[in-house]
Amino acid sequence: MSALDQLYQQIILDHSKQRNGEGLQDAHGLPSADNHQYNPTCGDEINLRVTLTDESEPKVKEISWEGDGCSISMAAASVLSEMAPGMTTAELQSLVDDFREMLRSRGKIEPDEEVLGDAAAFAGVAKFVARVKCAMLGWVAAEEAAKEAAL
Amino acid sequence: MSNKYSIPANTELTNEAVKALRADFPILNQQVNDHDLVYLDSGATSHNPLQVLDAEREYYLYNNSAVHRGAHTLAVEATDAFEDARATVASFIGARENELVWTSNATEALNLIAYSFGNASQGLGGEAARQFALTEGDEIVTTELEHHANIIPWQILAQRTGATLKHIPLREDGTIDYEAAEKVVTERTKILAFTHVSNVLGAITDVDFMVKLARKVGAFAVLDACQSVPHMPVDVKALDVDFAAFSAHKMLAPTGMGALYGKNELLEAMPAFLTGGSMITKVTMTEAQWMPAPIKFEAGTQRISQAVAWAEAVRYLQHIGMENVHAWESKLGARLAEGVSSVEGVRLLGPAAGTERAGMAAIHVDGVHPHDVGQLLDTQGIAVRVGHHCAQPLHRALGITASTRASAYIYNTTDDVDRFIEALGGVRAYFGL
Repeated sequence: MSALDQLYQQIILDHSKQRNGEGLQDAHGLPSADNHQYNPTCGDEINLRVTLTDESEPKVKEISWEGDGCSISMAAASVLSEMAPGMTTAELQSLVDDFREMLRSRGKIEPDEEVLGDAAAFAGVAKFVARVKCAMLGWVAAEEAAKEAAL
Repeated sequence: MSNKYSIPANTELTNEAVKALRADFPILNQQVNDHDLVYLDSGATSHNPLQVLDAEREYYLYNNSAVHRGAHTLAVEATDAFEDARATVASFIGARENELVWTSNATEALNLIAYSFGNASQGLGGEAARQFALTEGDEIVTTELEHHANIIPWQILAQRTGATLKHIPLREDGTIDYEAAEKVVTERTKILAFTHVSNVLGAITDVDFMVKLARKVGAFAVLDACQSVPHMPVDVKALDVDFAAFSAHKMLAPTGMGALYGKNELLEAMPAFLTGGSMITKVTMTEAQWMPAPIKFEAGTQRISQAVAWAEAVRYLQHIGMENVHAWESKLGARLAEGVSSVEGVRLLGPAAGTERAGMAAIHVDGVHPHDVGQLLDTQGIAVRVGHHCAQPLHRALGITASTRASAYIYNTTDDVDRFIEALGGVRAYFGL
């Protein structure tokens, strides 16, 4: 597979078109927080809402968002929206940490598909340093929003 | 110093001539991602020919010294080289040497005007500088087409002085709405700042119209000439602008240097901007007297080797002839505009194909983000600019956040344009559209 095809895995192209979580959803009184992330170099932006359950150890109920950006940033937000529901905030943080570590590895870390699931498809992004920020856009928004929602 | 050129003086540029002069640009003769490089990003930065690189190196090899100080031979040689360079670059745009201020880039040149006017507004520069003072009720007018460098300094100046910043809107095709301009510019307008050539759309402004508008109300006309001076004959006296800003690295010279043209009587009357060493005559612990323009605006050690290199770049362009440069780039621009217009799902931004434009074209690819377009082109060795090109308000007016821009220069052939168009034809298909 060429580096380009590794960057644009079919799974990413699919998610960039059929986007999970697109369209902000009402939290219906549950703990929630919004976060806005903006990439000034390309103008990509996302407004993302994390809604938690009201259990004693809260889990992610839903991630919803609206955004404008490249296929990588939109697909990454979509993948996370699909994966996150049901995770505790600690599990979500751990997933974000693993994803970030993979992206920053310049291609040196082989993704653990058991842990990363569909997000492992973004391993090819790590070889394109300029695109790492694109993949992280929605994930940073979720990381920040989850922290705030859990307060 | 290498004065050998690859093509004879005043050669009409053709694919043959361009292929010959590309010998002066080794950076272009390389493979990128297993393809011959197609560099279509000269609107962002251009490449230095060997002659320019040699000039900078030879300055350091044989003449390097501090300028405007010291009595030794090298210091004199360095000063001569520095001031000769100023005369060369100034005459290239039809200016006198005391009308060209070296700056670190065109952005600083525009900031220089804004800060100097701001200083005048606070009383610096005395009676002579009163003409530059702004106050509440005064207006600064720019256009929606501008690069951020021709917007933000005016925002800050407006905030400092209480003046109002207004802008001339654009027509549907992204060009300046001249009818609206007549209404936006009023008796209260003190500054009219506008671009000569849009750095995104390649649209060429009717400078004559804008200058007449400024004159009618007694406003200063400030021209962003970054995308015109490198690409077409520009005579600031014929255009009759009060100020013009342009940049070295967009015209075959190194980064780190720009210039401000200002009518000498204005530069002389304006208060200083950056202050410190070199720009003074007499200093006490409480006050200082300034050198005449342009040195008044050149505080601290200057970019001497870059100035020398820039002058060599000017000689290189003069050797080809700016009429020839402009004619060739107009052809490339027309070919770009026609080519992209023929690709399904691609919208040409700015003036339609077949109308006058500079050698560049910005596009919107339906359903594919510019970053993805740029990435795909890069894998085929094609370098273009993607993003907002430091013109967010323009993109907002066009209803998009970013675009893809191909910009040509003297070293591009029609093959380069065709490779770009061909690759563009495959973009939407790759993304499943």
